[in-house]
Amino acid sequence: METKSIMIVGVGGQGSLLASRIIGNVLLSQGFEVKVSEVHGMSQRGGSVVTYVKYGDEVSSPVIVKGEADIIISFEQLEAARWLPFLKKGGHLVTSTQKIDPMPVINGAAVYPDDIIEKIKAQGVDVIAVDALTLAEQAGTAKASNVVLMGVVSKKMQFEESVWQAALEQCVPAKFLELNKKAFALGRAAE
Amino acid sequence: MKKLMLGNEAFARGLYEAGCRIASSYPGTPSTEITEEVAKYDEVYAEWAPNEKVAMEVALGASIAGARSFCAMKHVGLNVAADPLYTAGYTGVTAGMVIAVADDPGMHSSQNEQDSRHHAIASKVMMIEPSDSAECKEFAKAAFDLSEKFDTPVIVRMSTRVAHSQSAVELCEREEKELIPYTKNAQKFVMMPGNAIRRHPEVEQRLVDIREYAETSPLNRVEYNDTKIGVIAAGISYQYAREALGNKASYLKLGIVNPLPVEIIKDFCSKCETVYVIEQLDDIIETHCKKIGLNVHGKDTFSLLGEISQSIVREKILGETAEFAEFPESVPVRPPVMCAGCPHRGLFYCLSKLGVTVSGDIGCYTLGATAPLCAMDTTICMGASISGLHGFNKARGAESEKKSVAVIGDSTFMHSGMTGLVNIAYNASNTTVIILDNSITGMTGHQQNPTTGKNLKGDPAAAVNLEELCKAIGIKSVRVVDPYHMAETEAVIKEELAKDEPSVIISRRPCALLKYVKHNPPLRCDHDKCVGCKQCLKIGCPAISVHDKKMTIDHTQCVGCGICTEMCKLGAIVK
Ligand SMILES: Cc1ncc(C[n+]2csc(CCOP(=O)(O)OP(=O)(O)O)c2C)c(N)n1
Repeated sequence: METKSIMIVGVGGQGSLLASRIIGNVLLSQGFEVKVSEVHGMSQRGGSVVTYVKYGDEVSSPVIVKGEADIIISFEQLEAARWLPFLKKGGHLVTSTQKIDPMPVINGAAVYPDDIIEKIKAQGVDVIAVDALTLAEQAGTAKASNVVLMGVVSKKMQFEESVWQAALEQCVPAKFLELNKKAFALGRAAE
Repeated sequence: MKKLMLGNEAFARGLYEAGCRIASSYPGTPSTEITEEVAKYDEVYAEWAPNEKVAMEVALGASIAGARSFCAMKHVGLNVAADPLYTAGYTGVTAGMVIAVADDPGMHSSQNEQDSRHHAIASKVMMIEPSDSAECKEFAKAAFDLSEKFDTPVIVRMSTRVAHSQSAVELCEREEKELIPYTKNAQKFVMMPGNAIRRHPEVEQRLVDIREYAETSPLNRVEYNDTKIGVIAAGISYQYAREALGNKASYLKLGIVNPLPVEIIKDFCSKCETVYVIEQLDDIIETHCKKIGLNVHGKDTFSLLGEISQSIVREKILGETAEFAEFPESVPVRPPVMCAGCPHRGLFYCLSKLGVTVSGDIGCYTLGATAPLCAMDTTICMGASISGLHGFNKARGAESEKKSVAVIGDSTFMHSGMTGLVNIAYNASNTTVIILDNSITGMTGHQQNPTTGKNLKGDPAAAVNLEELCKAIGIKSVRVVDPYHMAETEAVIKEELAKDEPSVIISRRPCALLKYVKHNPPLRCDHDKCVGCKQCLKIGCPAISVHDKKMTIDHTQCVGCGICTEMCKLGAIVK
């Protein structure tokens, strides 16, 4: 099988590490060779963060380059716009509709673009936009928007739901499991 | 059993399986998790040392005592530990000693992108380089065996992408290593001239021996496919090449990067038409090839700067470029910022308001340099804030002493700030030093340090009393402020700047991300009172923005620290 690439992008602190671990475990359980590349350190402090997940029969480079991602999962609209060039032609973009102003916008040095999702769609890209934050709050905490998005993405990938449930159990501490399962289910039912 | 593991986690597993007993490190991205992970194995004693030099000396001491030992650091940490390294190269070891050094090409979290291989060459110490998590584990184990076989510390060079990528690793059992009996051996371990003179030829001979070993070592391997293109690479660069070129090229993958072999490289080059050396940062393998008379491409094709990737390899060697969509407008950048509730914010707002010269240091508080606070003039390396400002003040005199401060974090002060403060007391400049004590090593992801009262395992430990320490050093004026109270903080800074003596201000408030820190409910803006004056934006809080001329607070980020309420004259920010 040809190598497939998934990118998870967002703002430092939004929980992309957990998301990548869940996907990584799903893929490993399906017998693929998997590489997941994370960002630690400086950019975790509210900067733009990106995590790469790659899988297939043989995966060499752990990073994804422009035009290579089959799926981009974005936790925030501006980040979806920023990382759009990494999407492959015919790839899918799953994004939360959440907006977080970066410091240059807060300071008035830059403007947050309007209608990002429409403008991306106008490029011919398949976009699935979900209000993951509200769904996460319904599940019990804003922090679970990462898992809501996992629920959304699970429908774009060919694996059984039980496989995702097993990965959740592996990656989420027991006391938060119920909440996260609820968040996942809300994501899966969204759209 | 196969497990997805971060390179750093796999490295730690390798240390465990190899029977490592002692680990001492100082944190630094991207090396930190190796030590955090190895600390989870009860069979390994692991600690955070106050700096890398101490860590490496602890590891060497443990090796001399007969225990397999380890220390980890980031690339710049090896500069700090260079002193013990270069002489440990002479003494060699008793039990195996392994040093992990993590380079950061592209400077994801670093102040420079130096290439650690220079240190291995200069110290004449063996260096090996893994390219994925499975190799991290295998190389960590091999490093101990090689260390004992060749009587040398062995450096394992990591890089950001290897350290922070997960891939599958097969787990094995630990092989327990008994302590090697200690016998005094002054000729080997007392490095005074008479003994060191006798050790040096052994160091040179060792390099010859390792080079010979490298010719046949399984750590170096050749993969022949199409031989029109030959690639010589080590570490992550090999993975980039492999992904870009697949079977269109043949590969010499080097696991041993110092000393480099000669014969296998010559042999490989003789079988390939065009040979590219693909290496990130400096041209070390390329220079070696040219020195042994080989005609290879290297930095004529690839950059000395930043990271390589599969697309760069594809473009430079095959001339292929990718197609992609682009967002039709410019996308504002999103640089890292101090978190909502960060105690550093209030302090830096005071400094920006006072307009003083700020001699900065390395940590989360370096973000005080960014807009809108812009309250930092210099950042060089850990500890340089204090010593640098002393020099600055000596150069510019009393005028400057009243208008400048040094800022340094608690961990950084322990690392290498104390000696600078001794210099200020001893050589008398009226310098003002602010220690930003957030009770943790924040930047690298919350490691304990000698001021926090806990050790690496989270158990209670002795805590350095910063006030008493500064006084013992000879600073008479030591004050403590709470940076959440900005008016008071500003007043204290003004008072201390005015004094004709050196002073230390401890700005104390734990990091808002610490689990034990209780947060207040998020604040909100009373839109009837808000006039959109944007005063509140001057503190650069990521939770605060202005939309349609009214301030809004993002309730998912706000932790109710309340410093913005000090900015609002109209009382529009409410609970
Ligand atoms: C020689 C060296 N070792 C390690 C690092 C990595 N590093 C950068 S800042 C820092 C410590 C920051 O802690 P602290 O001074 O307490 O400030 P905080 O981030 O908590 O504000 C470390 C370990 C480095 N840059 N240089």
